[in-house]
Amino acid sequence: MTSSTPGREDSPRAGDLVGSRQGRYHVLTRYDRRILILMVGVPLLLDVALIWWPTLSSVVLSFTNWDGVGPVTAQNFVGFKNYQFMFTGYTLFWPAFLHNVIWLAWLAFIATPLGMFFAVLLDRDLRGSRLYQSVFFLPVVLSLVIVGFIWELQFSPTEGFINNALGLVKSGNIIDWLGNPRINLFAILVAASWRHVGYIMVIYLAGLKSVDPTLREAAKVDGANEIQTFFRVIFPVMAPINVVIAVITAIEALRAFDIAFIINQGKNGLELLSILITNNSISEASLVGFGSAIAVVLLLISLGPIIVFLSRVMRTQS
Amino acid sequence: MGDSRDPMKFRRSAGDNILVPGTDIELPLGLDLSRRDVLKIAGYGSVAAFLAACGGPTTTTSGSVTAKGGNTSLGSYLSDAVPKKGMQDVIDAFTSANGGTKVKVNTVDHGTFQNQINSYLQGTPEDVFTWFSGHRMRFFADKGLAAPIDDVWNDVKSNFTEGFAGSVKGNDNHVYAIPTSYYPWAIFYRKDVFKAHSYNIPTNWDDFKKLADQMKKDGLTPIAFADKDGWPAMGTFDILNLRLNGYDFHTELCVGKQKWTDTRVANVFKKWSELTPYYSPAFAGLTWQEAAQQLLHKKAGMYLLGLFVSEQFVASGNPDDLAQLDFFPFPDVGSSYDAEKALDAPIDVFMMAKHSPTLSADSGQAKALLEFMSKGSTQITYWKASPGAIPTANDADQSQYPALTKKAAQIVSSAKKITQFFDRDSRPDFSGPNSMQGFLLSYLADPKQDTSSLQGHMQNFWDSLSPE
Repeated sequence: MTSSTPGREDSPRAGDLVGSRQGRYHVLTRYDRRILILMVGVPLLLDVALIWWPTLSSVVLSFTNWDGVGPVTAQNFVGFKNYQFMFTGYTLFWPAFLHNVIWLAWLAFIATPLGMFFAVLLDRDLRGSRLYQSVFFLPVVLSLVIVGFIWELQFSPTEGFINNALGLVKSGNIIDWLGNPRINLFAILVAASWRHVGYIMVIYLAGLKSVDPTLREAAKVDGANEIQTFFRVIFPVMAPINVVIAVITAIEALRAFDIAFIINQGKNGLELLSILITNNSISEASLVGFGSAIAVVLLLISLGPIIVFLSRVMRTQS
Repeated sequence: MGDSRDPMKFRRSAGDNILVPGTDIELPLGLDLSRRDVLKIAGYGSVAAFLAACGGPTTTTSGSVTAKGGNTSLGSYLSDAVPKKGMQDVIDAFTSANGGTKVKVNTVDHGTFQNQINSYLQGTPEDVFTWFSGHRMRFFADKGLAAPIDDVWNDVKSNFTEGFAGSVKGNDNHVYAIPTSYYPWAIFYRKDVFKAHSYNIPTNWDDFKKLADQMKKDGLTPIAFADKDGWPAMGTFDILNLRLNGYDFHTELCVGKQKWTDTRVANVFKKWSELTPYYSPAFAGLTWQEAAQQLLHKKAGMYLLGLFVSEQFVASGNPDDLAQLDFFPFPDVGSSYDAEKALDAPIDVFMMAKHSPTLSADSGQAKALLEFMSKGSTQITYWKASPGAIPTANDADQSQYPALTKKAAQIVSSAKKITQFFDRDSRPDFSGPNSMQGFLLSYLADPKQDTSSLQGHMQNFWDSLSPE
């Protein structure tokens, strides 16, 4: 790097200390600083424009009754009215909240462990392991909207595959998978898991492949059986992957939207926070202020897993 | 392209009041109107519209604004195959009748179009767009998102009865839309099924329920019903509220002048619970198309829906299915409001988007398109491809109407009060999936429930909305 390119007065010369106006010395040359400002500034600008600005706008709008037409004026500000109504008067907020919690619990206790279990099985070099791997992974390449369409066809009460295959349509004991508010959430959780299991499986499998095989051998020598090896040795070693899996699961539960929206626009037992936001603020209803208030609540909840994830990532890096 | 229209004005002098033939309804015209009045006129007036529509072919010539070349654009929610084809036929006819004026059609999924209407109209909308009349039209006119089209209306208004004139006026008394079709809601059935079981058309509530019981015994689903889409249940709410509590109460409830906690609303739910045992199993998971298939395939006996149910009978491919489709008016419920014979008869319209970026250049062509839409011949072209609604123009050639369409025009004309439909008569922010649709679904999940807490929630939600 020692300067062999002439004519660049500010070209970086490694190790040089450059004087500043205060007479103190900086490790970085002016060129370095320009590059730095450019490299930090551009992403920062994008970040502010595309993430922080909309986020803060949502927070501000959540205190208004703005209907999406024209500018926001002082008369639009209504204080905490949206929040007050959301928590005390809006019948759908707590059900939607509960549905998100059920979604999270289902993914955390059923779908994610299942995906991890499949990964562990596939890691054992079964015959046809590649085939199984592709089969389980196949739904992951589909968008959730497509998953919703596919499962809507399966669950449809009279025309759907499931009720017809079980002979329920002929015998007249139709199960209303999509319309019964007690079961439709679980029906779409099956659809969501169909994709989620494969997703988790692939990530976990990649992690398992990277585990040092000598660990297993050592455990075997020490007389540990398969189950003990997994829970006492492999699982703890996989800690960074486990955190990623946990965070993915939490985020999937929080952003749950697509399938419920495809099925019935998220009503009648399929209310979710994300759907309440959409139906209130982006629909013809155009209750932008109220929708934003729900969005702010969802944001606050989402901060939990985000902070856990970031602190984890940063700790690993340092 | 400049404005190449060549308007020829036709004016009809009208008195201050018009007496609707066959009724004692007087239509106030040219007066100062409050919004209530406008709503009322939309209702009353439709009677006149439909009476006139039944009166045989007229020779009224509509205005003749034409364009010669140039471009315009149309945002269309006619996304189903059958109506989309009809729209394309109309556009082709427009282009050839207007010196090759090109129309760029942007067809958006029906539901998506409605959901995004707010941002659509504020963004870069097409010059002309498809929409609905009633409160739902006035709402966007009030927000300054629709352009007034009084000049086009003056050219074509002689082709419409006063009822339609009322239905396209905004709260500021300007005209914002061209009505192009309408359809009634009624109880549909198959003639062959009724004949095979020798069922009689019920005219009162008891006969209606007796018939339903009999159908159940005969192995039919008495009343097809589907509410996965959320809006169909509003049709039943409308008709029960209209018949039990009257037109005035219903329209006032729709705009918040009556309370949802009223015992009269509780009565609607109570009456409704007498019907729900006869509904299609798993109705909350069915689409209206699936329920229409039950009627089509003789699995269900009756279906309360709009005339558009006939689209499914057209799509079956067997002409006999459509020939067997018939309907009867909702039976009398035994209230003093039975005599109003009120029903939902929504009017679909074409409007002009104020914020269309191309409108200043295309306004002549856009107005020519609107004017073209007002012609009976245009509406018949559309109707031939998509017969689920009835043309609105006086000069539409009614001799081609099959019995079903004639009867549909007849039932609307014999109604003394007409409403549009809940989501067109009430505010859009009250009619959505997480409001009215959700409320009705939670009622339908347990129709025997004490509805007072549900009604309280409905009123709370209404009160939370910012004043219009």
